[in-house]
Amino acid sequence: MKVKQVIQILDSKIITGEEFIENDVFSACGSDLMSDVLAFVKDQGMLLTGLVNPQVIRTAEMMDIHTIVFVRGKQPDDSVKEMAKERDMVILTTDYPLYVACGKLYEAGLSGGRPTL
Amino acid sequence: MSDIVKTLHYDVDPKDFDSVGEASGKTKNVLRQLGFPPEVLRRVAIAMYEGEINMVIHANGGTADVEISPKQIKITLKDNGPGIPDIEKAMQKGYSTASEEARSLGFGAGMGLFNMDTYADELNITTKIGVGTTVEMIIRT
Ligand SMILES: Nc1ncnc2c1ncn2[C@@H]1O[C@H](COP(=O)(O)OP(=O)(O)O)[C@@H](O)[C@H]1O
Ligand SMILES: [Mg+2]
Repeated sequence: MKVKQVIQILDSKIITGEEFIENDVFSACGSDLMSDVLAFVKDQGMLLTGLVNPQVIRTAEMMDIHTIVFVRGKQPDDSVKEMAKERDMVILTTDYPLYVACGKLYEAGLSGGRPTL
Repeated sequence: MSDIVKTLHYDVDPKDFDSVGEASGKTKNVLRQLGFPPEVLRRVAIAMYEGEINMVIHANGGTADVEISPKQIKITLKDNGPGIPDIEKAMQKGYSTASEEARSLGFGAGMGLFNMDTYADELNITTKIGVGTTVEMIIRT
């Protein structure tokens, strides 16, 4: 799935990273617990979360995650946006809650992925 | 060891939640520039990040030292925090004494030590109640 399809499925707004909408996303993970995200490495993954603090960007950085979706209409502040930009990440927002956002993507064929290192 | 190509040193600030992970992120960038493979970068970054988080949410910050050699990366995280009373219990998935504040930031899933044990080839924890904790991790390349 491409980032632009994610945008369409989730009625998302792009906060930063417009230039990467043709990038591929092979799997996704949804969580508000960053250590749970860190427990499961997947390639070309995307993170959906209701948290909007700098630790989300850090977690994504450690995991090589380049696409982040903030759910439930949560808006990141400028410092979070800036951090994401510096790391060439895409940040999207959606009004859907976490469960629904994940469900819609799963239904569209985006899997939870297989763990890799 | 004579084959150490680079050493890094960072102070981990105890009060600034926003900067947690800076040392791990910088270390990852240095390793990338040195040409280590993505898998090694990730393992180092994740294990060190979990350790860094622990120093901030459970101790009073501390120091992070990294020794890079072609065969292995050694990370030493040292704090002067309260120490860990029962390491075996602390290692269990889901066990956490994290504060409400830490939890609200997405920490405190009780997966940190478990993740460190998973991603590092060696994990050694030395701890003394009231004195502090030193976590040593080796990631072989
Ligand atoms: N550096 C440390 N100093 C004191 N206690 C620690 C330290 N690191 C871990 N602990 C203890 O071990 C527990 C488990 O740690 P961890 O697996 O990282 O989970 P979490 O950080 O989510 O609580 C912590 O809740 C804490 O009680
Ligand atoms: Mg932890």
